[in-house]
Amino acid sequence: MSDLQIVPPSLEEQEVIEINRENYDHYNEERLTYKAEPGLTEELARKISSDKGEPKWMLNKRLTALRVFKEKELPKWGPDLSNLDLSKIIYYMKPDAKKNANSIGEIPEDIRKTYEKLGIPKAEREYLGGSGFQYESESVYHNLKKELADKGVVFLDMDEAVQKYPEKVKKYFMTNCVPINLHKFSALHAAVWSGGTFIYIPKNVKVDIPLQAYFRMNAKKGGQFEHTLIIVDEGAEVHYIEGCSAPQYTENSLHAGCVEIHVMKNARARYSSIENWSKNTYNLNTKRAVVHENGVMEWINGNAGSAITMLYPCSVLLGENAKTDYIGIAYAGEGQYQDTGCKVYHLAPNTSSSVLSKGISIDGGISSYRGIVDIKKGAVNSKSNVRCDGLMLDNKSKALTTPSMDVHENDVKVAHEAAVGKVEEDQLFYLMSRGLSEDEAIKLIVAGYIEPLIKELPMEYAVELNRLIELEIENSVC
Amino acid sequence: MLEIKNLHVEIEGKEILKGVNLKLEKGKVHALMGPNGSGKSTLANVVMGHPKYTITKGEILLDGQSINELSPDERAKKGLFLSFQYPSEVDGATISTFLRQALNSSRKARGEEPISVLDFHNLLKEKLRLLNTEESFAERYLNQGFSGGEKKKSEILQLAILNPGIAILDETDSGTDIDALKVIADNINKVMGENKIVLIITHYKRILEHVKPDKLSILINGKIALEGNAELVDQLEEKGYGWIEED
Ligand SMILES: Nc1ncnc2c1ncn2[C@@H]1O[C@H](COP(=O)(O)OP(=O)(O)O)[C@@H](O)[C@H]1O
Ligand SMILES: [Mg+2]
Repeated sequence: MSDLQIVPPSLEEQEVIEINRENYDHYNEERLTYKAEPGLTEELARKISSDKGEPKWMLNKRLTALRVFKEKELPKWGPDLSNLDLSKIIYYMKPDAKKNANSIGEIPEDIRKTYEKLGIPKAEREYLGGSGFQYESESVYHNLKKELADKGVVFLDMDEAVQKYPEKVKKYFMTNCVPINLHKFSALHAAVWSGGTFIYIPKNVKVDIPLQAYFRMNAKKGGQFEHTLIIVDEGAEVHYIEGCSAPQYTENSLHAGCVEIHVMKNARARYSSIENWSKNTYNLNTKRAVVHENGVMEWINGNAGSAITMLYPCSVLLGENAKTDYIGIAYAGEGQYQDTGCKVYHLAPNTSSSVLSKGISIDGGISSYRGIVDIKKGAVNSKSNVRCDGLMLDNKSKALTTPSMDVHENDVKVAHEAAVGKVEEDQLFYLMSRGLSEDEAIKLIVAGYIEPLIKELPMEYAVELNRLIELEIENSVC
Repeated sequence: MLEIKNLHVEIEGKEILKGVNLKLEKGKVHALMGPNGSGKSTLANVVMGHPKYTITKGEILLDGQSINELSPDERAKKGLFLSFQYPSEVDGATISTFLRQALNSSRKARGEEPISVLDFHNLLKEKLRLLNTEESFAERYLNQGFSGGEKKKSEILQLAILNPGIAILDETDSGTDIDALKVIADNINKVMGENKIVLIITHYKRILEHVKPDKLSILINGKIALEGNAELVDQLEEKGYGWIEED
């Protein structure tokens, strides 16, 4: 965002930020007003729709999606999903809490404590323009600063948006950005989606402080299917942040969210997320942006949690001069497989894309970059620059990179670099000979490795990501 | 005192050091010379605790206590420092960030408070000035893409900041021109005053003209073949190592 300050965090600042694992891993007792039977049925899709009082077209969408879901097969590439038993997942759970409370005091105490432990109220006070908190299937808190509301900015829970902005939702919800039949999990999402975020930024309104939503799964074998729809109208700007986490159980849980962003002519959107799902979560997520003439879409994508992540944020550069930047970082520890990367479709002349991705793997984890840049015929004078690296912190771990380039136009500039490396014994010895412990030496090497990416991030975000990775290393080494 | 007693060292099943004996005393500059491949760097690395070497026999004693089992960072905290023949590179980590962390870990080991950012900055500035080096040098990534000479300068900067009790300098003179060598030697002399132990490992006489050794040992094929004083250096310069091996 042009007017958002980007300051790399200094060591001092990092030291005062206290993030500890317990804050993510603790869980509350289940207090639900409704809990579906495990499994995905037509009855459930109808139940969700009628609970939310949805218009007919949305119900039809859910039912169509359910059929598509049943027809589609699991992907035949990437991580093995055979341990994910979709019939055991609970697809819909309503917490015993008021929907969309707009003061923190109205959130029930147990949920509020989680919310506070995650540091969200502080973030809201200090640097957010609006904040939402979803617990299981429903949004329990939503608030937008008055001065933004006064400018016509809309920031709502997605359920509420269906009621309040039906035309916009009907036009943009899983139509030309993420069609329901994109793949099996986009169809699953469309059938049982619940909650999420709706943002509309009116023409020429520049929101210079971020809006944030946090998604929290608490129950065992749970599933979360929040839908995020962002429309940044002509000449407008927004920075939206998503955070997510869940406590650790032995049973698997599933996150299949969907993010759709429409960046109109001359508009700008930055979407940042740190996904920190617990290590039993399958994170099969779909994120896509359609970028019109002169529009700019920035993805910042951090993945530290989950058992398996399959996530490929995608920008479709539809208008001339449209531009996208992607910064991704993935951390795979014991038992984790992070399969992530960026997709870009260049469909118009003078479009440009830049991708910077860093994977880290330790303790047998697999971190894999899978991306594609597709430059279609006619996208003359387009540019693309892709750099994807992998760093293995030991011999048991794996780093893979599978970037691909599909270029159907001659008059373009594409560059692509991939490097996979390992922390060398000599390097560790060198640092340790100066008094650093093994742990500190590895942290220094990792911090150095991700430094080109961290310095591109807004400060709060960089600090959290750095600290999160340090925590993971502390848990892995020794 | 640092004492090496009958040290036998293997790497990948191959014996490199075959019973090395060496006494390094406080306040003395010691030089170690010997042909390529005789095991000088191996000795330096083993004293610092490199995990890739196996000690099959013998002891490394620091003030009478064995340090054989200590990790490299524990040895550093006991005051050991190795200036590497081939320093590693760490991309993305600036020299100043790294050095402040390293300094603070040794201060912590001595029960001292971490150095303040300002004090560290001033210390760094002073040491850089003594090395005739611009301040921007410390903001470069640790040894990343450095020339041979710059790497040696980086090692000496680290020596100056960490101010260790025992410094082993492995081929610190190689890859430096005459002027740079003089600056490096001056810094070594400045840091390593009384009560400190210095071991200079080198091929060439020239560094020993600036940092005068009290004692010289010659390592050949994994064993100390000859010991003497500074005058031995001239003999080596003239005759090479062949005559020692014949004896
Ligand atoms: N990783 C290794 N595997 C096997 N032999 C090695 C290894 N590293 C060093 N050596 C051997 O150890 C011997 C001593 O090497 P080094 O200590 O570097 O000698 P110097 O520093 O005196 O030139 C050489 O013969 C060298 O080939
Ligand atoms: Mg050597």
